Amino acid sequence: MTTLRIKNVKKRYPNGAEAVKGVTVDVQDGELVVFVGPSGCGKSTLLRMVAGLEGITEGEIELAGRVVNDLEPAERNIAMVFQNYALYPHMTVRKNLAYGLKNRGTPKAEIDKKVQDAGELLQIAEFLDRKPSQLSGGQRQRVAMGRAIVRDPAIFLFDEPLSNLDAKLRNQMRLEIKNLQRRLKTAAIYVTHDQVEAMTLADRIVVLNHGQIEQIGTPSEVYSRPESIFVASFIGAPPMNLIPADVTEAGITVGDVTMPINTAHRGAVTLGLRPERVQIGDSGAPMRVTIVEELGATRLVHGILGGQDVTLAQDADGPPPSDLVHVAFKPEDAHFFDAKTGRRL
Amino acid sequence: MKKSRAIYDHVVLLFGVFVMMGPLAVAFMTSTFDYVTIHKEGMQFGFGGHFLETYSTVLNKQSGFTGEVTGWLMTKNSIVLGVGFALGKIVVSMLAAYAIVYFRFRAATFCFWIIFLTLLLPLEVRILPSYEVVQQMGLLNSYTGLILPLIASATGTFFFRQFFKSIPNELLEAARIDGAGPVRFFFDILIPLSKTMIAAIFIIMFVVGWNQYLWPTLMTTDESYFTLVRGIKQIMQNMIGADIPKYNEALAMAILAMVPPALVIIIFQRMFIKGLVEQEK
Amino acid sequence: MPYLLLAPQMVIIAIFFLWPAGEAIWSSFYLEDPFFGTATYVGMENYSDALTASDYRRTAIFTAIFVTLVSLLSLSIGLMLAVSADRVLRGKSTYKTLLMWVYAIAPPVAGLIGVMLFDQHIGPLVDFAAVFGWDMRIGVNYWDTGIAMIVVATWKQIPYNFIFFLSGLQSIPASVKEAAAIDCKSENRRFWTITFPLLAPVSFFLLILNITYAMFETFGLIDLIVKDQPGNSPVTLVYKVYRDGFRGNDLGGSSAQSVILMLLVLALTVVQFRLIEKRVHYN
Repeated sequence: MTTLRIKNVKKRYPNGAEAVKGVTVDVQDGELVVFVGPSGCGKSTLLRMVAGLEGITEGEIELAGRVVNDLEPAERNIAMVFQNYALYPHMTVRKNLAYGLKNRGTPKAEIDKKVQDAGELLQIAEFLDRKPSQLSGGQRQRVAMGRAIVRDPAIFLFDEPLSNLDAKLRNQMRLEIKNLQRRLKTAAIYVTHDQVEAMTLADRIVVLNHGQIEQIGTPSEVYSRPESIFVASFIGAPPMNLIPADVTEAGITVGDVTMPINTAHRGAVTLGLRPERVQIGDSGAPMRVTIVEELGATRLVHGILGGQDVTLAQDADGPPPSDLVHVAFKPEDAHFFDAKTGRRL
Repeated sequence: MKKSRAIYDHVVLLFGVFVMMGPLAVAFMTSTFDYVTIHKEGMQFGFGGHFLETYSTVLNKQSGFTGEVTGWLMTKNSIVLGVGFALGKIVVSMLAAYAIVYFRFRAATFCFWIIFLTLLLPLEVRILPSYEVVQQMGLLNSYTGLILPLIASATGTFFFRQFFKSIPNELLEAARIDGAGPVRFFFDILIPLSKTMIAAIFIIMFVVGWNQYLWPTLMTTDESYFTLVRGIKQIMQNMIGADIPKYNEALAMAILAMVPPALVIIIFQRMFIKGLVEQEK
Repeated sequence: MPYLLLAPQMVIIAIFFLWPAGEAIWSSFYLEDPFFGTATYVGMENYSDALTASDYRRTAIFTAIFVTLVSLLSLSIGLMLAVSADRVLRGKSTYKTLLMWVYAIAPPVAGLIGVMLFDQHIGPLVDFAAVFGWDMRIGVNYWDTGIAMIVVATWKQIPYNFIFFLSGLQSIPASVKEAAAIDCKSENRRFWTITFPLLAPVSFFLLILNITYAMFETFGLIDLIVKDQPGNSPVTLVYKVYRDGFRGNDLGGSSAQSVILMLLVLALTVVQFRLIEKRVHYN
């Protein structure tokens, strides 16, 4: 069953700027969909339109079977977790959690139970009577999530909730969010600019750019079959090598180097190669190594192939590469993009 | 987002504007009529033809007992008071705040509390003895006597103290490494950093100084030292005995007394508000 | 070096504050003969005289009413305007400018305009009151004059409160307001449970300032409205200090009243500091 239907939604501001240019996407029951993209791509705007914090210029948003375009946020049965937590500073944690329920006339006993349950689920039960100013960032984030959970909404809306946390805490919370969402089986939209978060959390990813959808797919689909250069370079770290090349009968030519390749494409293309899919071996195209970065388990080898900058990633087990190496890749690991439009060929 | 809310808000705000500006609009409009009309018909709406006439009278006419005081003279005195007070306050409080924040010396706490004490006793409460002191010093009817006693309060010092404390210590340390002594630091670094604050305080203090009433009323009996605001009282008193009081002139003077400070805070609105709100902390 | 910097401030304070303040306290214990300049020690007599005079009581009562009404009214109106100004989408800065600049008007100037507006012959507000059958006589009827003073003093103070409340409202993080929009349907309820409590620090601060304003800074306003007919016009305690001292030449009594007021301000300041300490715990 579909929890949320976003139908050709647009957002235009009075000065003419278009933040969202016609987006259509569905979220299924229990699914965690991630909206990912660079700053200004419209992901937050879209989220806020679902929440009711921004008006919808055109299109329709349907939540749990109801068209919610004209409904106030409090009427939509949503819950939102904000980037800076947005906890009510003058209320205790308990009151923060209870506030929404209280306003809907939920009986006190039920409120107490829900607050206690959320407290235990998120391990914040011990500070239910403290104020937000007395909590750390991670604890505040949990309270923000607790506030969303007690509402038992039709959908969770996460607006870059981990951006304000340090790296270690971020990794930890990421797992907790994933677990939580699975347990509660509630649909969720998660907005982030961090592609690692997107890849690890999502059931499906929606990649946005300049107010439009570039691609929708599962993490592995988006990773292994990017529909455009934008998606290819946005997803995956270190980013995909994008190399201008020319394909002829003889093979694919990069600069002055030609490698044999078995493909039907011909002409000018952009060749996409993920760093981890390029191997150093005995034979292959020659590459002059410029910089080697040791990351512990992996090694990044930067070099120049046919006049182009190329990066490849390898296990750090073996010896470091010499100045001149030979590189090769499997044909199924090569992505071909139209040199002009950037779309997948 | 709800339309009805927006309408309510605009209604409230428009009513507020009407209440705040209404009296002033009526006052101004009335001042452009001649006083006989005003006496017969009450305060007016619209414009009588006497704007130039009335205002130039107020500005140029010799009035008062000695017949020497003109509107222009009072304006000049108001400016002297406003600017003098603002400048004096800034200089004195900046120096004092600088001393308190950046120097370690034994009397520091003591001085701080004395300065703090001045907050407890506004001028109105010590008005008579202040008058006597100034009288004994022979400073009645002088600009010095007008301005100096008003500076004896803590507001400016506390304000700058707060601001100086917010400047990161690293700046002081970097300056020391660069060989700047206390005087250098003050002029080359502190003052430039404080520019916006100084401007904000200047604006607020100018308005405060210009609007002073009690003190000038008490200690300037010589009419040539009257400020516009002081002159208001004078013109009121003139009105009491007259058959037909010169309402138009009184209102004109009121308008003149309010225009300069109003202009200042409208033009420098942002700085003014910033200065006001900073004082809260 | 530091002494040099502090010198100007300290010297000014010493001459124009400590000395007069000391004199005020000293002379409150003496009965001074203004003509012969002799002073007789009378202990607390000035204080007891001042406090028991019916005049004093009447003035004190009026001052209390005046201060309470002016503070509460100008605070409420200022808040109401600030809430709307914060919410409104169009014309925000115009409204802001129009509503705040009245702050620049000196109290006596406001008093003069008030006197005219309430004048029996020419004042439109008197005509307006007459519509309700109310015959306003400023300068003749005690409470009519009092009401005029309260109205003008409130009017003058509204912009000040407006500015501070608006700034306070704008410092509430947008995301907190949005979270409240999601948690609570009724905008009214949101205001009283979220916005208003978060304005508490500003409100306390303003309350103290408003009380100080009403007690002390309204001198000029009152002086203009009073029109030299003491019997029929209410005044505040501060004004009485001036009148008894300068007009009535009762230096001892006036000084005693000054000291009483000083103690009042001291109490107010202590309260203010307690509240500031509370604020520190808030955040």
